[in-house]
Amino acid sequence: MTDNSKIRVVVGMSGGVDSSVTAHLLKEQGYDVVGIFMKNWDDTDEFGVCTATEDYNDVIRVANQVGIPYYSVNFEKEYWDKVFEYFLKEYKLGRTPNPDVMCNKEIKFKAFLDYAMSLGADYVATGHYAQVTRDENGVTHMLRGVDQNKDQTYFLNQLSQEQLSKTMFPLGGMEKSEVRRIAEEAGLATAKKKDSTGVCFIGERDFKQFLMNYLPAKPGKMLTIDGEEKGTHDGLMYYTIGQRQGLGIGGGGASNDPWFVVGKDLAKNVLYVGQGFHHEWLYATHLDATDLHFTTNAELPKEFKCTAKFRYRQQDVGVTVKLGEDGTTATVIFDEPVRAITPGQAVVFYAGMECLGGGTIDRAYQEEKLLQYV
Amino acid sequence: MSNGIYLDHAATSPMLPEVIDAITNAMQENYGNASSMHQFGRRARQALDQAREIFAASIQATFNEIVLTSGGTEGDNYAILETAFSRQAVGRHLITTEVEHHAVLHTMEHLETLGFEVTYLPVDENGAISINDLKAALREDTILVSIMYGNNEVGTLMPIHEIGAIVQATNAYFHTDAVQAYGYEEIDVKRDHIDLLSVTAHKINGPKGIGFLYINENIHLPNMMYGGEQEMKRRPGTEAIPNVIGFATAVEYMKQTNQAKNRDYPALFDALLQELNQAQVDYSLNGQNVPHLPHILNIWIKGVPVEQMLMNLDLAGVAASSGSACTAGNLEPSHVLTAMYGKDNPRIHESLRFSIGFGTTEADMKQAGQAIAAIVTRLKK
Repeated sequence: MTDNSKIRVVVGMSGGVDSSVTAHLLKEQGYDVVGIFMKNWDDTDEFGVCTATEDYNDVIRVANQVGIPYYSVNFEKEYWDKVFEYFLKEYKLGRTPNPDVMCNKEIKFKAFLDYAMSLGADYVATGHYAQVTRDENGVTHMLRGVDQNKDQTYFLNQLSQEQLSKTMFPLGGMEKSEVRRIAEEAGLATAKKKDSTGVCFIGERDFKQFLMNYLPAKPGKMLTIDGEEKGTHDGLMYYTIGQRQGLGIGGGGASNDPWFVVGKDLAKNVLYVGQGFHHEWLYATHLDATDLHFTTNAELPKEFKCTAKFRYRQQDVGVTVKLGEDGTTATVIFDEPVRAITPGQAVVFYAGMECLGGGTIDRAYQEEKLLQYV
Repeated sequence: MSNGIYLDHAATSPMLPEVIDAITNAMQENYGNASSMHQFGRRARQALDQAREIFAASIQATFNEIVLTSGGTEGDNYAILETAFSRQAVGRHLITTEVEHHAVLHTMEHLETLGFEVTYLPVDENGAISINDLKAALREDTILVSIMYGNNEVGTLMPIHEIGAIVQATNAYFHTDAVQAYGYEEIDVKRDHIDLLSVTAHKINGPKGIGFLYINENIHLPNMMYGGEQEMKRRPGTEAIPNVIGFATAVEYMKQTNQAKNRDYPALFDALLQELNQAQVDYSLNGQNVPHLPHILNIWIKGVPVEQMLMNLDLAGVAASSGSACTAGNLEPSHVLTAMYGKDNPRIHESLRFSIGFGTTEADMKQAGQAIAAIVTRLKK
């Protein structure tokens, strides 16, 4: 085995099973491993209880089992400025932001990575399901995780070559079930801990309640695309394109199909609803993307074909990407119409297993028509 | 002993070999309950009484003025809470300082929620209170003045004798948290008119989990807990005899080394500072221009956040600390440094504490100084 003892790897430990196993595996491989818990959000309740404290206690237990030093670092300010402000701004614009993408870009692989480097790290590692490989030219490529169901490259699409070159994803070659098995075999304290769900700062709480604390809700009309009034909505920010739940209207009409959010008009404060999962307004043929980033610095042709995802855990769709003048915007044309393209979410490009990068969905079109989504 | 340089003796200190021997021996030979009427009980009681003599003599108190506790926190809580609860007929006002240990500060805050009024005396840039502030704060209804003997973060010594003389002439009791000063200062509770004084064993190379509260025989303080007859009912519960014996052993050693520490420790810190000077590290000392404890040095390393410095030092094998409470990444800058320099001063986020003690060598200090210099150089690149 190669001697890794001079290579310092700082692991971002959340107190979950994935990052626990990440630290365990790196330690087994002989690296000089340091665990760091990132405190990004203060959710201390009225009893002084904070889930971060419980999670950090799990980090402490696991780090001691693995035999590595551990620390906690506060990134609340960075998280607020870079992730939460963006999150609110996007909602104000009637879009559906993706804070996980932003958190990876600005916190885990920027603020945290910088901090790790200040501790003399050669690499940072996280428990993401993604893979990095380094080719003979010294270029790092990000590949999908082997566990197709868990692959997290969608959320990592904004990582730059610089960031990836200092990153390890030890779980990328594994199935989730294997990670659980390793945790149990090693007797790690978090082996049976439930996976966290939802946005990290909201946790298990009611999303509507949470958002209401930060943004004023403006109720308005709920209309069909023909202008028929179907009721009132609680505020456009609570609804996402293609959503079925929470509309408070059921069936009726000729088809008796369920109702879906098929459009929004922020200027008029109108929510458009339509019947049927496959409602015509829900299908787009192409989109405009902004904030394009690519994972390698390779020169790309102005136009190329690849596959893309428009939301997490979606099947890839064949697309043609036409890059804009400065390379930070693109028009993405789908091989077949795609349902519920949502402004604010990420569009992520793949060539086979490799994640090429991605951008933010700005506008969706059905042929020549701009879909009324914000 | 494990690898690494331990410069955090003010957090807790390693037990002396003599203490470990005494405790081990007591666990094997002296396991009786000091309240029992049989020979095993008598043996325990004898050890307890001998220890109490030693504790009393260490602060010029008398045998019956010593109440064993679990440590400094319990002593502080007991002194403050029971004084407050039992003296409400006299008044409901207490005085303390902004730089006390949390065992005092949070107890005072709790009393405020119960309707007591607390005055927190400010400190100057050296961490010392002004006697005039104290005089101005004292009132007819002031029932307790609680001011620490020596500060745990910056080492500043408070003018205990002057405070004692002033408080003595009022209705108030005078409590002092002497946890850090015990072992370095010649404490004399009679000379300094101290009514209540708390100390702990683990800061003076004794075991953890034991300390004592001195209660002047002329004042009455009700007990906090109820149970058996131990400690004249003031602190019921079976005495941890091995701990008591270990504590007494540590006090004996403390008395022998008190002067040597005051004499030798400055040179040890100089060894560290020399390394910083040589490497041209930009630093400044916190609270060192007034009488201070010899084992604590608080340094502002300009431009390096303290957590970053402490983590890097730890990874380099050097153990130090800061006054900031940092649990699960919650950053509260040191309340002591904040009181000294104000909340907007960068030094409250960039200062760390080195504290030395039994076993610290000049070589350790040089190595620590070199480690700091190397980290500063690397981070400034």
